[in-house]
Amino acid sequence: MSYHNPYTPPRKSATFDDYTLAEIRRAAATGIYDIRGAGTKRKVPHFDDLLFLGASISRYPLEGYREKCDTTVVLGSRFARKPITLKTPITIAGMSFGALSGNAKEALGRGATIAGTSTTTGDGGMTDEERGHSQTLVYQYLPSRYGMNPKDLRRADAIEVVVGQGAKPGGGGMLLGQKISDRVANMRNLPKGIDQRSACRHPDWTGPDDLEIKILELREITDWEKPIYVKVGGARPYYDTALAVKAGADVVVLDGMQGGTAATQDVFIENVGMPTLACIRPAVQALQDLGMHRKVQLIISGGVRSGADVAKALALGADAVAIGTAALVAIGDNDPHWEEEYQKLGTTAGAYDDWHEGKDPAGITTQDPELMMRLDPVAAGRRLANYLKVMTLEAQTIARACGKNHLHNLEPEDLVALTIEASAMAQVPLAGTSWIPGKGGF
Amino acid sequence: MDISVKRESLEAMRVFDLATTPLRELNSALHAIAPGTNDTNFEVVNPRGSHAVAVGIDQPVTVEVRGSVGYYCAGMNDGGTVTVHGSAGPGVAENMMSGTVVIEGDASQYAGATGRGGLLVIKGNAASRCGISMKGIDIVVHGSIGHMSAFMGQSGHLVVLGDAGDALGDSLYEAKLFVRGAVKSLGADCIEKEMRSEHLAKLAELLARAGVTDVSPTEFKRYGSARKLYNFNIDNAEAY
Repeated sequence: MSYHNPYTPPRKSATFDDYTLAEIRRAAATGIYDIRGAGTKRKVPHFDDLLFLGASISRYPLEGYREKCDTTVVLGSRFARKPITLKTPITIAGMSFGALSGNAKEALGRGATIAGTSTTTGDGGMTDEERGHSQTLVYQYLPSRYGMNPKDLRRADAIEVVVGQGAKPGGGGMLLGQKISDRVANMRNLPKGIDQRSACRHPDWTGPDDLEIKILELREITDWEKPIYVKVGGARPYYDTALAVKAGADVVVLDGMQGGTAATQDVFIENVGMPTLACIRPAVQALQDLGMHRKVQLIISGGVRSGADVAKALALGADAVAIGTAALVAIGDNDPHWEEEYQKLGTTAGAYDDWHEGKDPAGITTQDPELMMRLDPVAAGRRLANYLKVMTLEAQTIARACGKNHLHNLEPEDLVALTIEASAMAQVPLAGTSWIPGKGGF
Repeated sequence: MDISVKRESLEAMRVFDLATTPLRELNSALHAIAPGTNDTNFEVVNPRGSHAVAVGIDQPVTVEVRGSVGYYCAGMNDGGTVTVHGSAGPGVAENMMSGTVVIEGDASQYAGATGRGGLLVIKGNAASRCGISMKGIDIVVHGSIGHMSAFMGQSGHLVVLGDAGDALGDSLYEAKLFVRGAVKSLGADCIEKEMRSEHLAKLAELLARAGVTDVSPTEFKRYGSARKLYNFNIDNAEAY
């Protein structure tokens, strides 16, 4: 019998996969690391790995279209004389004018206002359009202090001291020169066309003891009216939350590694920080250990996409969530309508992340006047409002099924995990078992 | 210090004794000043290192602080004239918009940080990071300044009659630095520049506004940005 060597298909390395090989070649050709927008693209344990149990004999549900399920949330009740009340616990995360077009910022304000929630400024200051179109506006206090001034502090509804963000805990930022229009340059006190670095540390405080004094100063300047948030990236959520509380925060904003950025090194986005799911329980534990859960509110962000995600974050102990990337998608980012133009940029709808280059076909992450005009802020704001309302309805649907008459009554006991990793991170049992890794001696 | 004499000479001055009066009352009173009022003179006694003294001023008031203050004195000042008859802790006059802040003693770190306008005069020395991220403020230091001063300074002027520490003007943008004494080292992208007539004139004006009468502008050297790091270039990576 003759022997024929059977065909074996070519085998590619799991370690050196096509993307990795392409990255090596790209680095060798250009001599520079890849910079991009958005958050981590790697698969990490997430809200998808959790399920709600719903009602059963021992839990009775609420009638879907009849019985009330409250969604209001009050933020800043600890010290602020004027805490803010939102109709839905889904807020819009900080994104800068500069990184985003004026029309995009206006759309975010319009959508948030229709839905009864807040939107947030970003690194670059507050614009009149944004203030005018946002019923509740959170003003970020960032290391760069671009555009920072006491008048805007006073016309804000809350102040968010940004220590870090999930896409890059410990990192600063860079707005490349091609996105620096005359207006952006003027707001940032820098010449047009040069790269604008956003510092990674605040210029006038370091550490929690200083932060406490900085918060005192901000409260004194604003006569103790405004809720003061402290935003941290998902790095050491237990201690960061505890230290923010110690420093006097009214609200802690905790952003996991799925949270987006306007422009950061890919290596940073993909390799620094923790998944959102891993951040929530340690932060809640810190609040509980200090007796401050529900007194200091916790806002979770990073990869929140649906009402299910909202409900899961709240069930794990958060008071509210913030969305950034999802909000941009709602107003038109990465829309297949622009596929032909995405192709010209060497990408495809759904994968476009070169937000720093200012060539966004959807007119959102750009300062190009022609591209900006593509985004109708009224229509885009309406889309965002619709999306926020759908998410809120979805979260209510789940909460009612769990027998809860307020989203805040959702609790970890309502959840199980599909994977051991998610079980360990969320500290809810693996589905069908009573086992939580790390608990009970295992 | 004989405070009573001062009080007699300024009958309209409102006095806040921070040994007995909460800080909130002082700042609240400063914020309650109506535009155009004559009741604009304030005195603060026994500050005892209090933080956030006279912050958020938004009217042309005058505040005399009799003693040393802690962090962020005169923070975000917009139009006020604040004089500290003592020393100031970190972040004095941070993010000042306009007005004048005078420190009779020394100032700690981050003096004038991110300031956008106005004049900060420090009659003693200033510690590290003086004028960090300055965005239009003018700072005159009679003594010397510490390391990393004017780091990422965007605009405005920093005038130092004494010496400057390490890494002066690191990653500087368009802020202009004038140093009369020795500079221990310059930071990335900061270089000595030619002192032209317009710079001498500006320096003379700044010295006059700061009450410096016995020093000539010609005794200073000017430092500014080489502008080589304005747009990212991989070949400059080792400069950081």
